[in-house]
Amino acid sequence: MRADFAALIVACAAALFAACLLGSTPMEIERVLAALVGRGAPGDELVVLQIRLPRALTAFAVGAALGTSGAALQGLLRNPLAEPGVLGISSVASLGATGALYYGLAAMSAWAMPAAAILGALAGTALIALAALRTSSAVTLILIGVGLASFAGAAMNLMMNLAPNPFSLADMINWMLGSVANRSLLDLAFAAPFLLTGLGILFAARRGLSALTLGEEAASGVGLNLRRQRLAVVLGTGLATGAAVALAGVIGFVGIVAPHIVRPMVDHDPARSLLPSALLAGLILVLADIGVRLTPTVSELKLGVVAALVGAPAFIWIAMQRRTVHD
Amino acid sequence: MSQAEQTHDRFRGLKVVEMTVNAGPVKLVEAASFNLAAGELVALLGPNGAGKTSLLRGVIGLAPRESGHARIDGQDTADMQPLKRARQLAYLPQNRPLAWPNPVRDVVALGRFSHGAALGRLRGTDLQAVQSALAACDLDTLARRSTSTLSGGELARVHCARAFAAEAPLLIADEPVAELDPYHQFRVMDLIRDFVDQGGGALVVLHDVVLARRYADRFLWMKDGRIVADGSPAETLSAERLAQIYGVRGDVDGERLELLGPL
Repeated sequence: MRADFAALIVACAAALFAACLLGSTPMEIERVLAALVGRGAPGDELVVLQIRLPRALTAFAVGAALGTSGAALQGLLRNPLAEPGVLGISSVASLGATGALYYGLAAMSAWAMPAAAILGALAGTALIALAALRTSSAVTLILIGVGLASFAGAAMNLMMNLAPNPFSLADMINWMLGSVANRSLLDLAFAAPFLLTGLGILFAARRGLSALTLGEEAASGVGLNLRRQRLAVVLGTGLATGAAVALAGVIGFVGIVAPHIVRPMVDHDPARSLLPSALLAGLILVLADIGVRLTPTVSELKLGVVAALVGAPAFIWIAMQRRTVHD
Repeated sequence: MSQAEQTHDRFRGLKVVEMTVNAGPVKLVEAASFNLAAGELVALLGPNGAGKTSLLRGVIGLAPRESGHARIDGQDTADMQPLKRARQLAYLPQNRPLAWPNPVRDVVALGRFSHGAALGRLRGTDLQAVQSALAACDLDTLARRSTSTLSGGELARVHCARAFAAEAPLLIADEPVAELDPYHQFRVMDLIRDFVDQGGGALVVLHDVVLARRYADRFLWMKDGRIVADGSPAETLSAERLAQIYGVRGDVDGERLELLGPL
């Protein structure tokens, strides 16, 4: 495991560097290195520090947030198919963002859309948290999440249905497809406190996820405070996912795929799967975004579209591997 | 096991007083009272739906009680923090789903959760407790195996080892031998008996009266949410009792016990 972990860190660093190196403006390694340490030509620094690096870091941060959230939700719900989307948190966050676009708030302030996405995620989180206080059943929680996701989807469709003009419709569609293009370090800085707080809460609660391997009844028996555990995971997930959606829109399935690959390497312990899942999901999105940028299409492919095209079949494959149905 | 023995020395017993457990308007357990001392294996007997599981959950503080107390060494389990409670009693629920195919050692190590153990980084007393629990349940050779590859009998031993690893003085087990073949039923009951003989206490739900009489020091007979009899097997086991509790005809004569059929 230790060697796998070291390899993962090296791969992440290499991918982030590659993301700074590759692109439409060809640049040698020395020029990229010089720009990264602030000693490059002004043009190089603009391309590397203002365009490529923020974009790569955004992809990595979004991946890390979604990978950790997915791994934590899977541990909590004891279901390898759980992820922020399943609990409806991504959808409500996305609804917040689309709402900001629809009502023109996003045009009034650059902060409006990120704020709306995080508020949406927190609202979704609060609803799930309330439900979690009332029920001890994971199935009930998932079903509430499905209902929440359906409602948010319907509300978004309604807004598109009633879109006042083709421009705002295009804006909303662009947002819903999911992308990390044109993100600045400022965007990243705004999302970082939420994202890091969310990840901090999830990492602090990771040991309880191991106990939940035994099922909720036995987990309480070995000393887990079930309600507190559920609240911690839902809150951490809400913050991290809200920040991720604020940064990139909806990027699906990476929160399912990364923990699935990691799990056998950590003896299927949910607690130990969090950190590697964060790194791997970040790596996947950085690589996928490099692929998106280098693919010569008429208009640039959206990261969320590519993630879903690859991730959805993986989701189905993982679902079909399941031997038994747990509660 | 020296640490375990010390823990057991401090255990002065479980005292349940007039405990009523309900789900909405339905009383699942009504005014149950009994004691359990260290070194005692108490079998809880009764038909399906008698309220045995609710009684256990009420005793542990997992099911909300309408009234009454369940105290371990003077403190009510319902007032204990989950971590502290887990150091006082180990609970084997009826349903024991394992969500992931973890190695046997890791599942047993979860018994050390209340002591702060983290999987994959066991050391000191945690490591010792896990190793002695693995050894006691004959699981040394299976320690690295994934639980998804084990038979029902092996899994039952893993769950017992998980409970023993906690080194809690009181074991509460809900049908620990259900679905096991006769050999493994004896194996698991032997493990629980050894635990009790070393100074622990155990409250165990059993459906097999013959097995219960072989291992238990005392019987708690339950029907319709009430404890209707409490005493040694010799005192409380009779043909009339089997008819009253289970509605079966039985032949009880000294050492002989045979169930003949429904009434």
